Amino acid sequence: MTRSKEPIFWSLFSAGGVVAALFVPVTIILTAIAVPAGWISAEGMHELCMHPLSRCYLFLLISLSMFHWAHRFRFVVVDLGLKQGGTFVAVICYGAALLATIVAVIQLVSA
Amino acid sequence: MNSEQNNRSTTELIRPIPATWWLKKRTYFLFMVRELTCVFVGGYALFLLALAGKLEDLKAFEELLYSPSLIAFQIIALPMAIYHSITWFNLTPKVMVVWRGEDKIDPRIIAGANYVACLIISIIIVCIVSRFRETS
Repeated sequence: MTRSKEPIFWSLFSAGGVVAALFVPVTIILTAIAVPAGWISAEGMHELCMHPLSRCYLFLLISLSMFHWAHRFRFVVVDLGLKQGGTFVAVICYGAALLATIVAVIQLVSA
Repeated sequence: MNSEQNNRSTTELIRPIPATWWLKKRTYFLFMVRELTCVFVGGYALFLLALAGKLEDLKAFEELLYSPSLIAFQIIALPMAIYHSITWFNLTPKVMVVWRGEDKIDPRIIAGANYVACLIISIIIVCIVSRFRETS
């Protein structure tokens, strides 16, 4: 009997949902309102992002949000009528999330 | 026996559902909006990924932050992200049922704790970021 991979993806979806719910609104307010309005300088934001803890924060936000997106979007596509090819959609979605995770690690570690 | 039924390979009736089913009812519509918030959460994650890619180039980093189209996207993404937070917090007591002895803890307390946690986290993050307002 092959074990289902579904619990792994659901856990990542769920973790991403929590992280996105708690951290994304305030982060958007900072990057979309505080910086353009001049409350925080772009240089200051850059300096902050260079800090190791900020890099961990960015990594978790990027990776988990992408896995959250992947799991939800996969079912949205099916709900909107693409009944066939569900497996293909799943591979594309989770693959994109995995790719984003790898790229995030490379960029955040190398910079 | 119905002759029409015998001609089909299966007697199961599969009613075709139009792709616009979610526009038929308000609850269906809100469900779809909730599910589609993921597009904005994912899109914002890609924006952060792009920012992370510009860490070595301050000029490019700044350009990305001040890009009008990206700011416009984020302004649209903000209410969607907030809607995700609200629906997520409200669903937590359904997923996580906490018992205290014989009594089930009021689901509103669990949801409320999430809202409070979110508020405190947001304030802490704003306080940390405000220390980086100007370059030192």
